[in-house]
Amino acid sequence: MTDVLLETRGLHVRFAARRGAVARAVDGVDLAIVRGEVLALVGESGCGKTTLARTILGLERPAAGEVRFEGEPIRYDASYLRRYRGRVQMVFQDPMGALNPRQTVYEAVAEGLRIQKRGDDEAERVAHALSRAGLRPPERFFELYPYELSGGQRQRVVIAGAMVLEPSLLVADEPVSSLDASVRGEILQLMLSLVREAGVTILVVTHDLGLAWNIADRIAVMYLGRIVEEGPAEELLSSPRHPYTRALLSVVPEVEEMEQVILRGEAPDPTRIPAGCRFHERCPLVDSGEAARLGIEERCRGEDLALAPVGGLDAHSVACHAVSR
Amino acid sequence: MSVRFVVGKVLGAFATLAFVLVFNFFLFRVVESNPVATLYRGRNLTDAQRDELTRQFGLDGSKLEQFVRYVEQTLQLNLGRSYATNRPVIEEIWAAAPQTIALVGVATVISMVIGILMGISAGWRRGTTQDRVLTSTSMATWSTPDFWLGMILLTVFAVQLGLFPTGGIEDPTSGATGFAKLLDQAWHMALPCLTLAIAYVGEFALVMRSSILDVMREDYLTLARAKGLRDAQVRDRHAVRNALLPSTALIAINFGFVLSGAIAVETVFSWPGLGLLTTEALRGPDLPMLQGLFLVFSASVIFFNLVADLLYPLLDPRVRYS
Repeated sequence: MTDVLLETRGLHVRFAARRGAVARAVDGVDLAIVRGEVLALVGESGCGKTTLARTILGLERPAAGEVRFEGEPIRYDASYLRRYRGRVQMVFQDPMGALNPRQTVYEAVAEGLRIQKRGDDEAERVAHALSRAGLRPPERFFELYPYELSGGQRQRVVIAGAMVLEPSLLVADEPVSSLDASVRGEILQLMLSLVREAGVTILVVTHDLGLAWNIADRIAVMYLGRIVEEGPAEELLSSPRHPYTRALLSVVPEVEEMEQVILRGEAPDPTRIPAGCRFHERCPLVDSGEAARLGIEERCRGEDLALAPVGGLDAHSVACHAVSR
Repeated sequence: MSVRFVVGKVLGAFATLAFVLVFNFFLFRVVESNPVATLYRGRNLTDAQRDELTRQFGLDGSKLEQFVRYVEQTLQLNLGRSYATNRPVIEEIWAAAPQTIALVGVATVISMVIGILMGISAGWRRGTTQDRVLTSTSMATWSTPDFWLGMILLTVFAVQLGLFPTGGIEDPTSGATGFAKLLDQAWHMALPCLTLAIAYVGEFALVMRSSILDVMREDYLTLARAKGLRDAQVRDRHAVRNALLPSTALIAINFGFVLSGAIAVETVFSWPGLGLLTTEALRGPDLPMLQGLFLVFSASVIFFNLVADLLYPLLDPRVRYS
């Protein structure tokens, strides 16, 4: 039995959109995060991955389903949320925006401690968090303001601010996509070292399958509010089964042996999720007539489906009629 | 904040003031060339009397000579004599200023506090009924002419209901002294002060609301929430602190308009301040008085702009270093 830290069960998050339409941003997600792993949640912009991350953090409330932390469903009363947020921390895409321009580095990192009332030896904890985040000597950074730091340093401050609370789970939403290529690797190294040394579990949300490849133990691919494929990183990347995953993977520059699959158009908007397989309108299998030849086109167009294990391996599962036919 | 920055701003303020000084001189020379003829119209003056009066008003000699004399006198804080009362303009202004500062200052502070609170609660709950009510109220009060509002309040509360005096600063027949006198003055100030407060509150509310909206989308608010801060704490510690910055400039500039801000309202309520002095001087026209008032009004605006410039870097670390 694996040690599940956090899981979502039948999670739905909806937003009111224009003219009374309802956007189903997260549309039935069952996802488990195992203690000590790095799980990458991959998908195009607008697929609901950020909403899913925010819901896991308790910043959005599910319309249906639940988020369970250490086996218990999370609650939304103020005192529970405050404690929960001491255990689950987040890192943002844009570290400039994530830091209050009028707070010094010290204040930014210490704020979490003060909110969580872990004020004893505050300075020491702040210094420790900064130096663990690679800002050494930490005292040199205490009185600096965010605009006096480089992008990479800012992200280190944000990470230090999260790690100072010694959380069990770190949710990182596109943690390096706003950074220069040269510092991306350093920040990713830092995050991996946190897993090894501080024992934190990381959920990293990204549109970049290449990045997921670099740091993740497991990958979950999300499309239009639902996980369409999930599995160990190596397995999923070496033998992707879902046509959407294949398309995403084929355009990663490092993957040269695959023929590039360019998907038609953009993902439909989440107020109008297609019936049947939600990917069928853009699916290369349907387009090329492959689905018709396999005799599953009817089902692709009309029959919704859930994740199912691939070839008996319960670690790798996929939601595609062509695979589970 | 570097010394160079401060010196630069102060010099800039003085340069602006110098420009106003020059502009002021020529502006009033364009308007009126011969006050002696205007003021003594219909009276028979001898040439000697006419020359004497012209000299008294400082209108003898060439324009250049007049200008040099004007600059010299102004630098010595001599703003000339009023045509109407023949008293030094500076004394008249000095005597009227406290009433205006009290009236407009109190109104500005009240409307500032209420307006900023309105703006915060409207912006923070954007799109709700609360926001719509507060925003449309602000729009309405901001676009209401203050003299019109003053006349309505005067008619309703002073004339019809008789709750407040109709004008002036105190009851001349009461002979009250000390605290009772102060209370009487406060009672007289209530309506004009309310008028101005209503007229100003909308601007503060709308500026504060838009500042709040600007910072609302910032990730650091979400991050603060994700660290466990309650909504009101996120608002007060992170959003308001940052949103107050743009409002600081507005506040400082509004204090610059305290002296000149109530010309119409003071006239409606016969409040003996600089505003009433201005309307009376316009009737003359009492040119030295107007010239002096314009200079004082401009100096006050320039001074508070300077204050805003110097205050901003103290409040915003990003400006401090750049």
